[in-house]
Amino acid sequence: MDKKEAVKKLSGIFGDMDVAGMLHTILVVTSKYIIIILFAIYTWHCFTVFLGSNIERKEKIYKRQKYLMYSIHFICSLVLYLNSLDTKIAVYYFIQLAFLVFASKAYPYVYNGLSKTLLNNMLMLLATGFIMLGRLGKNYATKQMVFAAAICLASLFIPYLIEKFQYFDKLGWVYAITGIILLALVFVIGKEKYGAKNWIIIGQFALQPSEFVKILFVFFAAALLAKSTSFLNVAKVSVLAAIHVLILVAEKDLGAALIFYITYIVILFVASRKAIYLGAGFLAGTVAAVAAYNLFTHVQTRVIAWSDPWSHIDRAGYQVAHSLFAIGTGGWFGMGLGEGMPGAVPVAESDFIFSAICEELGTFFGLCLILVEISCFIMFINISLKMQRRFYKLAALGLSIEYIFQVFLTIGGVTKFIPSTGVTLPLVSYGGSSVISTVILFSIIQGMYVLNGDKEEFDAQRENRKSQQGRRKQENRRKTG
Amino acid sequence: MYGEEPGINSIKDASAGRRGNAQIIMVTYAVVIVFMCMAGYIVYFMVNDSSEVINNPYNKRRNILAERIVRGSIYSSDGKVLAKTVTDSSGTEKRVYPYNDIFCHVTGRTANSMTGVELSQCYPLLTSHSNPLKQLAVTFRGEKNLGDDVYTTLDAGLQQVAYNALGNYKGAVVALEPSTGKILAMVSKPGYNPNTVEDDWDTLVEDENSQSALVNRATQGLYPPGSTFKVLTAIEYILENRSSFRKYSYKCKGSESFEGNVINCYGNEEHGGLDLSHSLAKSCNASFANIGMSLDINSFRKLCNKFMFNQKLPVKFEYNQSKFLLDKKSGTDEIMQTVIGQGKTTITPLQNAMIAATIANNGEMMLPYVTDHTQNETGQVVKTYEPVSNGNIIDKETADIIGKYMMSVVEDGTASSLSSFSYKVAGKTGSAEFDSEGTSHAWFIGYAPAKKPKIAVSIVLEGAGTGSQHAVPVAKEMFQNYLGS
Repeated sequence: MDKKEAVKKLSGIFGDMDVAGMLHTILVVTSKYIIIILFAIYTWHCFTVFLGSNIERKEKIYKRQKYLMYSIHFICSLVLYLNSLDTKIAVYYFIQLAFLVFASKAYPYVYNGLSKTLLNNMLMLLATGFIMLGRLGKNYATKQMVFAAAICLASLFIPYLIEKFQYFDKLGWVYAITGIILLALVFVIGKEKYGAKNWIIIGQFALQPSEFVKILFVFFAAALLAKSTSFLNVAKVSVLAAIHVLILVAEKDLGAALIFYITYIVILFVASRKAIYLGAGFLAGTVAAVAAYNLFTHVQTRVIAWSDPWSHIDRAGYQVAHSLFAIGTGGWFGMGLGEGMPGAVPVAESDFIFSAICEELGTFFGLCLILVEISCFIMFINISLKMQRRFYKLAALGLSIEYIFQVFLTIGGVTKFIPSTGVTLPLVSYGGSSVISTVILFSIIQGMYVLNGDKEEFDAQRENRKSQQGRRKQENRRKTG
Repeated sequence: MYGEEPGINSIKDASAGRRGNAQIIMVTYAVVIVFMCMAGYIVYFMVNDSSEVINNPYNKRRNILAERIVRGSIYSSDGKVLAKTVTDSSGTEKRVYPYNDIFCHVTGRTANSMTGVELSQCYPLLTSHSNPLKQLAVTFRGEKNLGDDVYTTLDAGLQQVAYNALGNYKGAVVALEPSTGKILAMVSKPGYNPNTVEDDWDTLVEDENSQSALVNRATQGLYPPGSTFKVLTAIEYILENRSSFRKYSYKCKGSESFEGNVINCYGNEEHGGLDLSHSLAKSCNASFANIGMSLDINSFRKLCNKFMFNQKLPVKFEYNQSKFLLDKKSGTDEIMQTVIGQGKTTITPLQNAMIAATIANNGEMMLPYVTDHTQNETGQVVKTYEPVSNGNIIDKETADIIGKYMMSVVEDGTASSLSSFSYKVAGKTGSAEFDSEGTSHAWFIGYAPAKKPKIAVSIVLEGAGTGSQHAVPVAKEMFQNYLGS
């Protein structure tokens, strides 16, 4: 049932007065402002939580954010329901609500002492995705819900795994070789989708191996570079990293290739603490980009679509132009949920979901979303800074860079800030592989945070013991010497 | 074994744990800065570019906006309604055009694929800039908000005069304000009635009598320029012979030939001894063929390209590019034909008006535009469109000289009937032959008052005959209307 029929049916129930029609209008019109205000408050708290260290105050903020999230989710679902009077939407609402409540209870239980703001953000982004996908097509929402619920459940085992396998950092070579094999698998049994050959179809499921190798790649680089940053080692690791990137380039998966490349350069820079690697990396990257532009027509197409989509609006510039139409027509406050035409933008449910959000919920909402993503990144980095073990520190850093750089590529791409590379907006965009790998990414960082917290306590106890044991140790050494 | 001693290990850990943190913080700052730039860019896009960007025929959201907004009205510069939306008691909206076909091409239509101002200002017309709270209240009442109104640069009186003066001829008239590029009038005949275009559509498209009523001849019609093109030939000659052009002299015997190719003067008239000024005033083909053969074709082509032949025009309406095709390889016959405005050169009336306006404006070309400003329902101006210069095409001195020559066309040449005004007029007639029987399109380009030009016109009447007889009278009525006698 479309919107008009729904309004008609409502007014039928309430007689000639058109009360329902009016209520519907009022709700749709006011709801978009209310949603923006609630989300702005939510975003505000993403940053105020950094200020001060009063635990009670922080706890209050976590709670408030949670209620803000539930409210936004409820209002959006209500609007979606009134737009269609589809009972399925109501059912979806309750399933999603159950999922959100369950996750926000279960995670802190398993991840003892996790970053709750980060958990809130993860769920808020997932909820935004559910709403937009429910609006764009119920099919997308169903699948997204299944994937998100499954992976969140599975992720509850991550802290256990991290604790169990303390030798995670000894497996650098294994990660590298597994990653390369998985990426190369696409050449053998891969399928092409949206111009990039980076999908594997298993039965009903389409998998994007690069999404999973992303995590292995960080583990590999962190593990091997944590051990040594001697020139020889750096050279060896760089060759392996380059193989990853080159395979992705060969698959025409430019977005993933860029993400891998930048992530590696940053990990190398932090591990070695040598700016020359950063400089060399960017220089090599620039040379490679220029070469790619001259060699590959699909790279040229992207650049043309970016520099002047209007003259190529029928072909290359189509997506970007329509994305800008959506964002521009939506304006600061959006057309209202269900009131726009996000379907006019190709793949609005995945790579271009940011423009769909801006069109219907408003560019102001979109800007808040960007701030929420940045706050996620800052929390990631905070965790990385606190890490004691080098492997964890580098891994947390690598995962944060992967996450934020992907956000940059997708939002920059759909707003014509940079050429579009066709990557998803983590947690919000439709896509099983993307959601699964991002939830894993969030969970691993949370897991490391929790583990580090345990270790810090342990260290503190050890410090105390140290002074007492000091003399005895020295004596021992003299004896064995 | 010793490495596992807790004491040593924890000292190492403490420093190792912070190693690299300075670099991580550096990277974090870089990321945050990049994101701030991106957010700033998005804000900039929303504030500055978005209204321009969304007003694109490829943006299919206008139907959604039309459900919320009553399309605004289009006005002439003197406040006459050119298009408005009327809602009847049952709530059905109808777009009404009070002037029927007089403004049909320039104002355009909303039905059967949008055109004209209706198209170029589609989103502004469907956007309301009235008080947001008032808008909210209106929405709550279940009513539609009123879209912004568009004020054009068109002068309704002048447009009507031009429309009537064309009579039953097919043809077009463009009038520009030389100092700004404002389009004062733009008529194309035959037109169609935009009020009934939906019902008439099939007839209009079938076009059994080859009327091409849907085409805006003023911007899309490509005609041979005839003798009006001699203005450009003369300019090129002046530029190439800065020191000697005043000494140019030629003795016309009614025809001229080069390498066996003959050019005749109109009616084989012998013009006798001529300088450059009189060659233009008398529109002497023989003299211009003589001039043309001396020109550097490459340089001429460059000049024409500067005058926007073969170029995309940065304007907001449908148009065709005027063509100038001479190059080094062109033969003598083609050169001789082209310099007098025949040959393969084709020009739109708009382009010819731009040439006249550029000369009138001391050599600086202003880009033509038709939207003056938009305003909300209470009359507050939302956006004003400023004149845009397309640069100095020729220097002021050359513009003055060619202007004087064009005045002599009026004083003792082919447009002498325009000399009766209290102010001086500059112009050039043309009679462009387009078939072997010698029928010609009547052309006139010119501007007035010559001292301080306020209006430049370009007029073409298809198959009417000579410019002097048919196009000049149209110009006369327009000058009379716009400037008085």
